[in-house]
Amino acid sequence: MSAVLPGKASQPIFGPKERSILLDPVLLNNPIGVQVLGICSALAITTSVAKALVMSAGVMLVGMLASLAVSLVRERTPASIRIIVQLAIIASLVIVFDQLLKATLYELSLELSVFVGLIITNCIVLGRAEGFAMSNPPWHSALDGLGNGLGYAAVLVVVAFLRELLGAGKVLGVTILPLVKDGGWYEPNGMMLLAPSALFIIGLLIWALRTWKPQLQEKA
Amino acid sequence: MSEARRNDVNSTRHTIVFATIVCVICAALVAVAAVTLKPAQQANALLYKEKNVLLAAGLIEPGDKIGTAEVEAIFKRSIRPRLVDLATGELLSEAGHDARRFDQRAARNDPATSRSAPDNLAGIRRLPNHGVVYFITEGGNVDQIVIPIEGLGMWGTIYGFMSLDSDGNTIRGLTYYDQRETPGLGGEIANPTWQALWHGRKAYDPQWNVGIQVIKGVAGPPENDPMHVDGLSGATITSKAITHLVQFWLGPQGYGKFLTHFREGLTL
Repeated sequence: MSAVLPGKASQPIFGPKERSILLDPVLLNNPIGVQVLGICSALAITTSVAKALVMSAGVMLVGMLASLAVSLVRERTPASIRIIVQLAIIASLVIVFDQLLKATLYELSLELSVFVGLIITNCIVLGRAEGFAMSNPPWHSALDGLGNGLGYAAVLVVVAFLRELLGAGKVLGVTILPLVKDGGWYEPNGMMLLAPSALFIIGLLIWALRTWKPQLQEKA
Repeated sequence: MSEARRNDVNSTRHTIVFATIVCVICAALVAVAAVTLKPAQQANALLYKEKNVLLAAGLIEPGDKIGTAEVEAIFKRSIRPRLVDLATGELLSEAGHDARRFDQRAARNDPATSRSAPDNLAGIRRLPNHGVVYFITEGGNVDQIVIPIEGLGMWGTIYGFMSLDSDGNTIRGLTYYDQRETPGLGGEIANPTWQALWHGRKAYDPQWNVGIQVIKGVAGPPENDPMHVDGLSGATITSKAITHLVQFWLGPQGYGKFLTHFREGLTL
């Protein structure tokens, strides 16, 4: 049980290593942009920025706490049941988040409907629990979970911003481009409100990211 | 991790004990969250339901952000919920019946306050003995009435409200506030644009038989084609379900008898 806790004289609590664990998944190792995980919910709930923000908060919170919990018990977890243990932890956290949402943001929770529950099966959360938290100390695991949640959030918010702006002329419900039907000049692009548009936007984002950071391109 | 320790962790005994502890902790977490948050959730659900009564009546617009206080004020000013005996269509006295807190879903599930429904196309198995009616008043007169409607859709029960003009026939509004239809297809029943297509159409034909229905394709304007509503493309089952559930609640098993009394002059 060595090196589980940070804070020893030689190990700063938030040094360069911690910074890269937290921030790498936002750009260089973005779960959606680079690993292409978590696409299903990214298509479904990015029609408005508000929905994307709530969903992102859920994935960040669940990702962080799940990684922390999985890491805390990693040395006591029998190998044969480790995935089901991770899922039980993630599922419990997601249910708690869903209950919180229903108690506070009721109408938004109805719009997000099944997708909050589907965080349970979000490949990012389980992927980080199994791929990182099972073999790293709790503090680093929590940062990694949060960082991947941030990476997911970054993509979600960009996609939702574009879809809400071009599809409904609004951002966070505030009119930016006045619509023709309300006497303005902007004819909304209806396709932006349908799921395929998110696929196009995410595709373009991945292209932009790999052009900007050529080291992400796989060798053919 | 040493070899001995790893064997210990992976032993059957440790596996069972560990799984049990994880389950108990997770279950406790979920149970505590569900129990402590329930009052807030129920208050939210009631507020949401009452907002939908206001939406159906056109007293608020879709997307309006209003809170408990505003809903309370509108209810106090112009809404009188009352209970109706569905079998006879008579209003029950206000004394002893709190219509506003009446939980029609609970009443329908309780054998003491419900009966089994006759065969119907709306997928309704049990009928509550009493149903709630919201009288929307304006200057002391009843301007419209809102009735709850429900029925089996494609994936689950659809719940909504329908508002009828004081003639007991012209549809003033419609909302669905709880439904599990396919998002983007049947789920479009929750779309205010589609719901607006119902405005001004007639529930009954001149012989007072229920006539309103969702058709395949596009219906004419309400003046020329008063009893048809555009179908939802890609959602045949949901469209049919809507026809069946609306017709059921307007018919004699639902609020039909009450609506007959209402047309004949019954008032608050």
